[in-house]
Amino acid sequence: MIWAYLYNIVFYASCGVTVVATILMITRHNAVHALLYLIVSSLSLAIIFYLLGAAFAAALEVIVYAGAVMILFVFVVMMLNQGQRSAAHEASWLPASGWIMPSILAAILLTLLLLGMNSEQPLQPYGVHGVAVKDVGIALFGPYVLVVELSSFLLLSGLIGAFHIARKMPSHMDQNTLEEAENG
Amino acid sequence: MDNQYIDHAIILAGILFCLGLVGVMVRRNLLFIMISIEVMLNAAGLAFIAAGSAWGQAEGQVMFLAVITLGAAEVAVGLGLTLLLFRHHNSVDVDQLNQLRG
Repeated sequence: MIWAYLYNIVFYASCGVTVVATILMITRHNAVHALLYLIVSSLSLAIIFYLLGAAFAAALEVIVYAGAVMILFVFVVMMLNQGQRSAAHEASWLPASGWIMPSILAAILLTLLLLGMNSEQPLQPYGVHGVAVKDVGIALFGPYVLVVELSSFLLLSGLIGAFHIARKMPSHMDQNTLEEAENG
Repeated sequence: MDNQYIDHAIILAGILFCLGLVGVMVRRNLLFIMISIEVMLNAAGLAFIAAGSAWGQAEGQVMFLAVITLGAAEVAVGLGLTLLLFRHHNSVDVDQLNQLRG
């Protein structure tokens, strides 16, 4: 009884944190604040994945979204702000109002995590079928090996495309000489 | 066995997708549009996971892997294009980027 109750609390609190963080995220004016909310949203979504019986997907969600994609966004935010804003503006980047609300949401998630870890029975998927990582691996390299190959194509083309698109132009060539070089 | 969690996870995926869609339509900063697209991809992944759990099949997580790969490749190319546009036009406002001429 208390087991299902705890599951309910963690599940619906994670749902609430996800929705609140996403709503706050799309209404921010500052990109860094929005990224903080995106991290919180990804973490709470990872908890929901775990509760739905997909522990491997939960780990991937944390690693890829809260890790890799976030680093990409942070780097682009850094590169977009060069020369556009002064150092005085830099100081106003992280006021207390910017990080208190993500901290509260993340504290809720930490509380849920500790609740789940300290429960007498392990917080296992309840009423849903858990899928073992082994089954995912067998499916991935059995009937769905084409998905793996297509993913590798996609990642390679994404890597080459991003490198080609975002490369630095030679500094001595301005836009006009570049257009002339392309036309001629 | 009740599947109310699956139902509510699907509803949550719908809410997240709508929020991402609103973000794409409302925001004019290219960076926020990319973030909103990530939210929409997350919602699609949640729907795949919930459906996979409902049926007890591994296909849901396989498709989630495909979605997350697509998201990573998309964000790499999209942010590269954002950087390029910022270098050329000194702005990432999509209302000012309406003159793409070759």
